[in-house]
Amino acid sequence: MIATQPGSPAGRLTGEEAAEAQPRLPGLMRVAMIRGAIEVKQFVRQRENVIFTFSLPIILLLLFGQIFHGQVGHTGVSFRQYFIAGIIASGLMSATFVGVGASIAEDRDDGTLIRLAGTPLQPAAYFAGKAILAFVTALCEVAALLAVGVALLGLDLPATPARWFTLAWVLALGSATCSMLGIAIGVAVRSTRSAFATLNLPYLVLSFISGVYFVFSRLPSGLQHIAALFPLKWICQGLRSAFLPDRLLAAEPAHSWEHGKIALVLGLWLVASLVICVRTFRWQRQGDR
Amino acid sequence: MGAMASTAMAPASGRAARQLAVRVRGLRKQYCDTAAVAGVDLDIERGEIFALLGPNGAGKTTTIEILEGHRRRDGGEVSVLGADPAKAGRSWRARIGIVPQTQTKTGELTVREMVSHFGAYFPDPREPDEVIDAVGLTEQAGTRLRRLSGGQLRRVDVAVGIVGRPDLLFLDEPTTGFDPQARRTFWDLIAGLAGDGTTIVLTTHYLDEAAVLASRVGVLAAGRVVAAGTPADLGRTDAIATVTWQASDGPRSVRTTEPTEFVLRLAGEAGGEVPGLTVTRPSLEDRYLELISASQNGAER
Repeated sequence: MIATQPGSPAGRLTGEEAAEAQPRLPGLMRVAMIRGAIEVKQFVRQRENVIFTFSLPIILLLLFGQIFHGQVGHTGVSFRQYFIAGIIASGLMSATFVGVGASIAEDRDDGTLIRLAGTPLQPAAYFAGKAILAFVTALCEVAALLAVGVALLGLDLPATPARWFTLAWVLALGSATCSMLGIAIGVAVRSTRSAFATLNLPYLVLSFISGVYFVFSRLPSGLQHIAALFPLKWICQGLRSAFLPDRLLAAEPAHSWEHGKIALVLGLWLVASLVICVRTFRWQRQGDR
Repeated sequence: MGAMASTAMAPASGRAARQLAVRVRGLRKQYCDTAAVAGVDLDIERGEIFALLGPNGAGKTTTIEILEGHRRRDGGEVSVLGADPAKAGRSWRARIGIVPQTQTKTGELTVREMVSHFGAYFPDPREPDEVIDAVGLTEQAGTRLRRLSGGQLRRVDVAVGIVGRPDLLFLDEPTTGFDPQARRTFWDLIAGLAGDGTTIVLTTHYLDEAAVLASRVGVLAAGRVVAAGTPADLGRTDAIATVTWQASDGPRSVRTTEPTEFVLRLAGEAGGEVPGLTVTRPSLEDRYLELISASQNGAER
């Protein structure tokens, strides 16, 4: 609960009195929501940011729509339908891992962190705000991609409520994992510029080996094994399970959507990133202290 | 905590010690091989405006950042509102307001959004609109930060620093870049806050600012407090005045403790008006420059 007293008349509260009659500090959940709201508000108002984040996957989707025709094997499922999962996953990772991860370096550079450090805000609430921003961004991006995909490319939406549910939890868990992982890396880098460079490298490499641009099972098995160590492959797979019918399981290496394994791998990465964030995060850079 | 500190500035009685907002003994901070702070002692009482005065690189910001808990110290004792800033928790933070030296660059929020957002972190925040009014930005309340001038942004920083209703407010060079009018308005605001019982610690390299605002001043040079006291105390020196006049063989100048006597004699010798006569006493500024250059010479030796 937060005390929002109407402004008391000037001079009534001296330092001593205020110290004795301390109202409670606002709770973690409340502050996390406040952080989330302000993060989203700031993001939305940076027009270039919004355009950059949303246009890339949409352009990618339209390009794929032009390049790929025909079906995956003899399944009756179009390549376009197959790749929507990869494009959503790639867009999600770009917005959350790169975008949110780099935003922590931006917050450092523009003085936001040093200002927050002077308040009773807990780092956990700050991270939660970033995760909320990541989820909202991911959600908007999926909505935009689906709208374009359905309207222009004739893509099918998830067929059953169960598949919608799959879409929802994969998005939520995927965006949380990617954003926390991005922050864990973003904490360590020196400036906004190096943050983008540092984060884009793993993002691009993972995009190539995780089944974003190619049918995953057709990648060399060595690359498949490496990709399986990282979150993006599992996000792609989870999204495929939302958008593709079960007869496409033939094109999956495990011949199963492996939902349990997806949740496990993403969950492990999420916990690991959170631990790294909490352990390494300082409001100020080490050299500045 | 060292028992009875032997420093001259330390208040003797235990009761007085409880009234201290800030107590610093032997504070040291090293960057690589240079000592930024080399043994600083400070006592700042509740409700006073204390100015840390000194040239760039004197250790003002390092000192204030250690007090804020934003910087680690290498040695010495620090107590701020009864707690060690290096270990203090959130409820301590809630009683502190900070205006850092660097200006905010987050541009997409409006003034009102920024101020009320920061208020939301605190248990008992001030009304955002009252705070905005106090810093004179009511007209700009709905304007995004990136459309504000440098001076206006600085006032947003101050608004953010006080919205949490702090008992103790740190201001690090708050008026750098202000025009004279804005500086005067700002001084009124700070005096008003102090009138409400807020303890204020500010750093500045403007002497007039320290003289107008501060109840006490500590002059910092090369990481040490080279003088401390009320602005009037600091300005008052050994009553040495300088008498200058135009003699027949050119300008002359004499330093004396009895200027009246000297001028009378001079007038007698001249048999009337003494051409170009001036009598000056050292100002706070002269005293300050003297202190700074003395410490610099000391450091070079």
